Amino acid sequence: MTTELKARAIRVKQSSPVSCISAVGAALLVAFLISAPSWIDRGHLSLLVEFFYFLALAQMWNLLAGFAGIISLGQQAFLGLGGYVVFFAAMRMGWNPVAALVLAGVVGGLVAVPGALIVFRLHGAYLAIGTWVVAETFKLAFSEVKSLGAGSGISLLAAVARAVRIGPFSRDTVLYGAALLIALLSIVCSYVLLRSQAGLALTAIRDNEATARSVGVNSLRIKLLVFVGTGFGTALTGALIYLSKLRISPAAAFDINWTSYMIFIVVIGGIGTLEGPIVGTLVFFLLRQYLADLGSWYLIVLGVVAVVVMLKMPSGLWGTFAKNRDISLFPTRRRLFLNADEYADPGKLRA
Amino acid sequence: MELLRIEDLSKSFGAIKVADGVNLTVKEGEALGIIGPNGAGKTSLFNLISGSLRPDSGSVHFIGKNITALSMENRCRAGMGRTFQIPRSFCQMTVLENCLVAATAGGRKSETQSYLRCAEILDQMRLIKKANVLAGNLSLLERKALEVARALSSSPRLLLLDEIAGGLTDAEAGELVKMIKLVHQGGTTILWIEHIVHALMAVATRLMVVNFGAMVMEGDPAEVMQSSLVKRIYMGMEAA
Repeated sequence: MTTELKARAIRVKQSSPVSCISAVGAALLVAFLISAPSWIDRGHLSLLVEFFYFLALAQMWNLLAGFAGIISLGQQAFLGLGGYVVFFAAMRMGWNPVAALVLAGVVGGLVAVPGALIVFRLHGAYLAIGTWVVAETFKLAFSEVKSLGAGSGISLLAAVARAVRIGPFSRDTVLYGAALLIALLSIVCSYVLLRSQAGLALTAIRDNEATARSVGVNSLRIKLLVFVGTGFGTALTGALIYLSKLRISPAAAFDINWTSYMIFIVVIGGIGTLEGPIVGTLVFFLLRQYLADLGSWYLIVLGVVAVVVMLKMPSGLWGTFAKNRDISLFPTRRRLFLNADEYADPGKLRA
Repeated sequence: MELLRIEDLSKSFGAIKVADGVNLTVKEGEALGIIGPNGAGKTSLFNLISGSLRPDSGSVHFIGKNITALSMENRCRAGMGRTFQIPRSFCQMTVLENCLVAATAGGRKSETQSYLRCAEILDQMRLIKKANVLAGNLSLLERKALEVARALSSSPRLLLLDEIAGGLTDAEAGELVKMIKLVHQGGTTILWIEHIVHALMAVATRLMVVNFGAMVMEGDPAEVMQSSLVKRIYMGMEAA
């Protein structure tokens, strides 16, 4: 009886006024983005497509490195694999290219299972180098496959490219919709995961894996879930990237720069937060738009920005902004609200 | 009832024997204190029990089961809660969340089922007012109290304390000891390894002395402390 009454004095909430406002804002923004293809020109539309897939890639690397502690330098293995699967399925197996996108994701997820055997045996710098080596092996292996153009790569047949359409929607619109969907899914899935009970354990792993294990967290299972999930998502995104690029080669698809950009975005924005990759992708695109004319100086500026942010703001732009302000657009934190009188004297209200 | 039984446990790092054929049992309801000079093998013994170290030989039995091969996380799920000598909180999570992780993962309860229990534990450990504060912002005493609160949240049958009073002022240690005494009186069995003897004496119902990885003496706390053997190896080394 007392326990029941005491329980009524306790409330635990995950939302806050700021998050309610941001939820409305996010809904409006999504509606705005869904309507974009009908009034935005092609150039800006393809820029948005690129923005979405970088956002998705960064969000997944954030989950992997920022939460599960798997600092992988080899995510381009999944990305390139996804690209090749979609080309192979569409041109050699006659699949509908849109269906082949999903197949690419599934193959990525399946490859992640044996991949985890390698990844989970290594830690820290060894893990980073190990994953990179695996990705390089993928590059070399695909350079040997003659039916996929070997080292010089392969172009998507015009007929296949034209088949990228659903009902009345053109290729551009379908690619835009798919990119938007993947970006939204990467955020929504991460958010739902982090709010769940498994997310509580994953956040604990982020803070201190050894302690997490000491309180009974099965860290291997959760890390495997994250590795396979991001393997699926990264391969799916890679498939989408190469479906819009129309040409794939091992050197480009398995380029470590893909992962470098993910790291840049996540570190600049704020690792281990859901807002960080969004902020980071915005900064990355702003820098790219305004500095692309500078040629190789552009990469030097990117490098300098990364170094300065890492030294001055190790928790990234969002992390530094949100620190001590207690602001969260995607609240995952559990807050205890205690009716102190009722808790201290459970019978009081009844009497 | 016998909760924990350790049989002939040995562990060496090269030529150094940190555990040399240790035998001990912990009965339900008691508070076993383990003392010993620096380097006596206290923390190694603790790690062998909690599962972060594997023994070279010997076995660990917990609630009638041989758990020698069980991992740290599975030992927690089986009913062992542990603290760390240097507090290892989830710094970017709130105090409440620190406990919820243990309650859901180790205690295998649903999150909503755990709210009240965690709040009660925080109340008991005088942390309820800090429930929504990030663990990284706590003082040392509060972080030590959180170590205990987090361990208790997984509803352990046996609470393992590793030098929990270390690094605190006498007044702070006294406060923590009072809280731990209440935890013990609430029915939790405790195995407590400690360097600060007077903290331990307030709670322990039985005392064991280790030196060079082996058990030297055990018995009633007051009697053990009176023995000349303990005075020589323990106090003698401390004075030197």
